[in-house]
Amino acid sequence: MRGHDYGNGHSIEHGRFDSQPPIVIEGLVNRFGDFTVHENLDLTVRRGEILGVVGGSGTGKSVLMRSIIGLQHPAEGRIEVFGQTITEAEPDENIGVRQRWGVLFQGGALFSTLTVGENVEVPIRQFYPDIGHRLRKEIARYKVLLTGLSEDAVNKYPSELSGGMKKRAGLARALALDPELLFLDEPTAGLDPVGAAKFDRQTRDLKETLGLTVFLITHDLDTLYEICDRVAVLAEKRVIAIGTIPELIETGHPWIEEYFNGPRGRAAREAPNRSRDDSRMKDQQ
Amino acid sequence: MVLSGPLLVSTIGRIDQDLEKIGRDLSAIDISDVKEIDTVGAWVVRRLSHEHDARIIGASEQAQQVLTALEGTADEVTIENPRVPVWKRVPEKMGERVYIARSGAIGVVGFLGQILLGFGTLLRHPGKFPMRALVRQMELVGVAALPIVGLMSFLIGIVIAQQGAVQLSQFGAETLTVNLVGRITLRELGVLMTAIMVAGRSGSAFAAQIGTMKLTEEIDAMRTIGLSPIERLVIPRILACTFMMVLLGFYSSVIGIIGGAVIGQVSLGIPFFSFLERIQEVVPIYDVYVGLIKAPVFGLIVGLAGCYHGMQVKGNSEEVGKRTTMAVVSAIFAVIVIDAFFAVFFTEIGWG
Repeated sequence: MRGHDYGNGHSIEHGRFDSQPPIVIEGLVNRFGDFTVHENLDLTVRRGEILGVVGGSGTGKSVLMRSIIGLQHPAEGRIEVFGQTITEAEPDENIGVRQRWGVLFQGGALFSTLTVGENVEVPIRQFYPDIGHRLRKEIARYKVLLTGLSEDAVNKYPSELSGGMKKRAGLARALALDPELLFLDEPTAGLDPVGAAKFDRQTRDLKETLGLTVFLITHDLDTLYEICDRVAVLAEKRVIAIGTIPELIETGHPWIEEYFNGPRGRAAREAPNRSRDDSRMKDQQ
Repeated sequence: MVLSGPLLVSTIGRIDQDLEKIGRDLSAIDISDVKEIDTVGAWVVRRLSHEHDARIIGASEQAQQVLTALEGTADEVTIENPRVPVWKRVPEKMGERVYIARSGAIGVVGFLGQILLGFGTLLRHPGKFPMRALVRQMELVGVAALPIVGLMSFLIGIVIAQQGAVQLSQFGAETLTVNLVGRITLRELGVLMTAIMVAGRSGSAFAAQIGTMKLTEEIDAMRTIGLSPIERLVIPRILACTFMMVLLGFYSSVIGIIGGAVIGQVSLGIPFFSFLERIQEVVPIYDVYVGLIKAPVFGLIVGLAGCYHGMQVKGNSEEVGKRTTMAVVSAIFAVIVIDAFFAVFFTEIGWG
């Protein structure tokens, strides 16, 4: 289905039942001065999956995500999101697909001069100005509650929130428009294990209830085992392997071996509540 | 050689000198009497043993552990980076600076272009204009600065009048103090000092705010949601600066004149209101125009410098501090240079 134009152009219809893959990357090359971060990178994200993206430090995971959402212009290559070519557009240009995705940056990246509720209202106001004042506030409020924050968080400023709360608020804003595609940049980094587990569960629940596709950058082995359908491994300037964790281990690549079979990897795999693993493996067969 | 006692970082200093002076070769270092040893002590022991090819004997279990821990560390240690000779270093650095200046200049022009484009978009879609942001910035840049600009201008007026009067009285021309105070504050000092103050207050604030927003990825988040940071953050700030400088500049000149009038009353025997009346007589109207034309230009420069440097922040919070400083310094410098051009310009067109 690559390169196939479904004629959606600048349509704002939600193509939730499209079968086209939401993200298609071909031959991506990213360079900073003399330093090439990505070379010949190909990646296709399937609709409805939670794709974990792993790689050592400096392999350009965040750069990859930024390229997909148009904040980073690649030197070469093509990226299509919902069939729309991203690579030529300006970072904030109206390209008809921005309301179909939500992004959670590391640390939340909340607008510091607005309350949590107002933060969530920003995308609503931007794309759907015809939604009335009261309805917009109500939507913002329930989005905040859905991420597990309490009622009083809605009127707090980001400086009054803890790190974990900021991430949740950022998630609420990312989900403001009921997007089809969600980008999460290390969402569990810095969270305590209980908070991290809660966040993972929430991501999975949201994926199931809203039919989300999730692009998830993470180092957290628990997240990878718990909720990711497939994992893409970024190394040697491209995606060297993509698949379920057992499939990845089978490739025998030394870094993958150490990542998933090292002591932390084994502990994560053998942890209780691995029911997801079994049911997913059965689905693959 | 036998070493005894505690070999710790706190005690090694005493014997370090002596150890360096050891003349003869050692065949063995006996540390069985060493009760406490840390990595520094172990390092010294190892270094000794390597230098003299001596065995280490009598190491206790703990000592052996520490000695083994240091095994991986190199014995030949280059503590300093090799320094490139001066005749290579200086031209290299100079070349680097030229390069940086060039890309800085290109960057500013590009930034200006982006702003004009953003402005164009806002003119075409006036509904999208960030009015509240603009008013808020005007309050911060202008209204909040009134006390400090007022105080500064008042004191400047006093100083000019005072110092000027001292010189003029040598020619019996104290009454010309009025001319001096009026013309200088309206044409030059009122606007210039205000611009410097605004650069320090608001130019740095813009750079710091926008720079921090870049660091926390707020700018990226805005872009992802389809909001243009140029339209929402930069343009309100630059417009606010430009507009408020006009008002502040004039206000500053007026307060400066009042300061001069106070000195006139107090030490020159020129009654306060007579001073003010004489201002109207001796100061040509084009002096006011000169000040009012310079002010928005200075405001624009200050706003541009602040926002530009803020947007250039990458990496870490140290950058924010650096860029904030650069914003203020470059703004003040640019203002002074442009002021010189204006001086020539206005003289040429007959408003000298």
